Amino acid sequence: MPRPGFVLDVDRSTPPILFWRGEGFSLEKLPADRSRVIYPPEPLAALDDVDGAIRRALLQPHDSDPLPALLFPGMKLTIAFDDASLSLPKMRTPDTRQRVIEAVLDLAAAAGVDDVHLIAALGLHRRMHDYELRHVLGNRIYDAFEPRGALYQHDAEDYDNLAELGTTPEGEVVEINKRAADSDLLVYVNVNQAAMDGGWKSVTTGLASYRCLSFHHNPETLQNTRSLMDRHHSELHKSVWRMGKVVRDNGPKIFQIETTLNTDTFPSPFDFLSKREWEWTARDRATYLATAKSLDRAPSRLARKIFHGIEAPYRTTSVQAGDTESVHKITLDNVYAQQLVEVQGQTDILTMGIPFICPYNPESIMNPILVMCMGLGYLFNMYRGMPLVREGGVVIMTHPTYRDFHPVHHPSYIDFYEQVLADSNDPVVMSKKWEKQYAEDEWYRHLYRTGNAYHGVHPFYAWYWGAHGLQHAGRVIIVGGEPRAVRRLGFTPASTMDDAFEIASDVVGRSATVTHLHVPAILVADVQ
Amino acid sequence: MKGLEIRRNVAKLGLARITAAVSPSTAVRLGPLEYRHVDEPDLPGPGWHRVSTRLSGICGSDLSLIEGHASTYFDDWVSFPFVPGHEIVGSLDDGSRVIIEPVLGHEARGFAPPFDGAAPGDGDDYAHLATGDLEPGIQTGFCCSTGGGWAPEFVAHESQLHRIGDDMPDERAVLVEPIAGGIHAALLTWPTIAGVTAPVVAVLGAGTMGLAAIAGLRRYVPEVRIVVGARYPNQSATAKSLGADIVVQPAELGRAVRRMVGCHIIGDHLTSGAHATIDAVGNAASITDCLRITRPRGRVVLLGMPSDVSLDLTGLWHRETELKGAYTYGTETLPDGSRVRTFDLAIETANELQAERLLSATYRLADHVDAIAHASAAGRRGAIKIAFDLREEG
Repeated sequence: MPRPGFVLDVDRSTPPILFWRGEGFSLEKLPADRSRVIYPPEPLAALDDVDGAIRRALLQPHDSDPLPALLFPGMKLTIAFDDASLSLPKMRTPDTRQRVIEAVLDLAAAAGVDDVHLIAALGLHRRMHDYELRHVLGNRIYDAFEPRGALYQHDAEDYDNLAELGTTPEGEVVEINKRAADSDLLVYVNVNQAAMDGGWKSVTTGLASYRCLSFHHNPETLQNTRSLMDRHHSELHKSVWRMGKVVRDNGPKIFQIETTLNTDTFPSPFDFLSKREWEWTARDRATYLATAKSLDRAPSRLARKIFHGIEAPYRTTSVQAGDTESVHKITLDNVYAQQLVEVQGQTDILTMGIPFICPYNPESIMNPILVMCMGLGYLFNMYRGMPLVREGGVVIMTHPTYRDFHPVHHPSYIDFYEQVLADSNDPVVMSKKWEKQYAEDEWYRHLYRTGNAYHGVHPFYAWYWGAHGLQHAGRVIIVGGEPRAVRRLGFTPASTMDDAFEIASDVVGRSATVTHLHVPAILVADVQ
Repeated sequence: MKGLEIRRNVAKLGLARITAAVSPSTAVRLGPLEYRHVDEPDLPGPGWHRVSTRLSGICGSDLSLIEGHASTYFDDWVSFPFVPGHEIVGSLDDGSRVIIEPVLGHEARGFAPPFDGAAPGDGDDYAHLATGDLEPGIQTGFCCSTGGGWAPEFVAHESQLHRIGDDMPDERAVLVEPIAGGIHAALLTWPTIAGVTAPVVAVLGAGTMGLAAIAGLRRYVPEVRIVVGARYPNQSATAKSLGADIVVQPAELGRAVRRMVGCHIIGDHLTSGAHATIDAVGNAASITDCLRITRPRGRVVLLGMPSDVSLDLTGLWHRETELKGAYTYGTETLPDGSRVRTFDLAIETANELQAERLLSATYRLADHVDAIAHASAAGRRGAIKIAFDLREEG
């Protein structure tokens, strides 16, 4: 029986706590008697028979006819699937998406459906590399569909292949992939690691145009998204759900398949990362020391290669299919069952170690903008109820925050860093002043559409993701970051955690409470 | 009189070159520059004047000589030993103050000018620089016959003198010569950008020369959009105050240009780029950078003295980029077609800008080690122009 998450009150006997620092980590002593550490629940038990569960989900869907009843010869079937931003790190093969899609294809073949397209639902993310598609789909699917042009990636800038489905009462234009829109059935295959994903967000983000996305990916919406992990208090999700109604009324029939994973994130020798520090064995401590020292000395390229080469031993905990909203409710229950931890009250200082990866740098570099996005966008938003840190409190992150960018994946991020952040770090200001220029830049458009680059406006969206955190925190400190890069983000650099607490005392005083969000694994704090 | 003098000494030049990278002040002590007794130069003939130095600036070309980086190209165009110093405001025996236009042109050497009203820098045959009435020397400050500004006295020909009024302080006047150089470089972009709407000119480097080029572009090149790569905060602020539209770190210049012109980047090169680029640094890396960010069939103006560099010129060949040297000044053709001497434009510009704000510090000749070290690290130390003040020396 896996143990639930819990909150540890730090006293003098508490060992130093593990913090991620990008492609490395450190152990930090937190102040006794005023600090606490939130540990995630242990990984839930996996489904014994994943393929059986998938088949059952397809045959006994929620508020929908069984999938075979929706399939018929001569139909146009489109299968869309989540891209390389999930899972993180990438899961061991076979990926859940492969298993689900193979099951769907078996049923389609049995029904005599031969017009089948597979679309990677990128939204504005970068196109996946071929090896990533093979990893997600398996060689059999890739080799069967890609050579004949039936496996491809969504293009939010291909206006010849986008279809406008209508407008919400709030004036939001719903525009999605034309092939998906024109299909007799759109099957969406999701892998869910966070409560913000899935539901109507799958289609209205992953298959949407830039124009459509811009109605919910903007500073005003994200400043009022409280939080991303709590859809009923998220303006983003409200917008997405409004769009979902337009899709339901005017778009294709959708058969949504959502799956959830447990949090078994790291294989040996990195499995100590998921343990509670006082339970580390001598071997764990030795592994930590050896790993930390080696990573410290390793060139960052090598360290990155090691971490991005990790294949997570995630296991599937649920599969549900059918009507989008009905399915998503069950998915959320399963996600929360794995990730929710009850926490009493807010804190003055929230600490968080920023890992080597976020949804926007698979196989890539965690550039400074993504550090902000991961800290204030994702980890800050890992709450339900109210933020872990009080309004005006301090957020302390640990990350090297090197000024380093992947030139192929993140070309517009470089300009965003050099031009936009040099001007302002206010999401509202940058949105009005700069976003249009980046959206219309032909070079970014070309690289997004033909290369492996994120869309030109993606750095804005990554920044907006942290808009609520940015507005809420009184100060943001990064420990161990390159000072110039940290300042460019508008944050305060600190050399050590003690220095950071000293700096934080200017804002929250000397007896401030401290809460550390212990990752891995992912958790959602249910703050009472 | 006591002044600073450079003698031909290969060993000292070598020592200076080795030590300059580590310690500019050590390079000065070990190098070819000596503070010593120097003879007052004789007047070479009629039309020559004895000039008492008031202020004399330290230029990048002076530093490269002192630190042993200057090209051997100049071996035959200068005459040792010489007193450096070509950015000069001085006074004549009658007490009037003059700015020196240092090029030792045709008239100074006893030749007819290439055309009526020519400036010392005009002409397309440099034979006169190594022949005529004087020993070889491209300018005052590189010629043993004339002396230079880093000594209390030197001689200058009437053709080199620009008399100034009481309303122009010495601190402003000493900036006229480098400003003239910058204006000349700025106007050398014009043939490439004439007829272009809102042309983009990139300036790499924002030391004195880069700043002067920015000022020249803003004042004399219509509608130009100026993007500058400046390393230090004070350079950045000054560049903006002189009219730069965008100022970024040098490493960010390429992307800043791309954003302005809206092109692609393929490999290391912009597919298009600035219509013209002014390299105010002058080394292999800066020239390479300029070639990368200048559009095909655009022009790179070399304002900084490049010396011996190693470059891959394939891109230049493929893009038909024009590489244009920008040495000193002379007679300019302005965009409206009018002809005017660069020094007149520079005096006008110096007054308009109140150029004395670019003069960061002055030193006595005896403190030359500190002065040179300061000038060598001017940007890093928050300075722009360093000069010698000889008004109290005698």
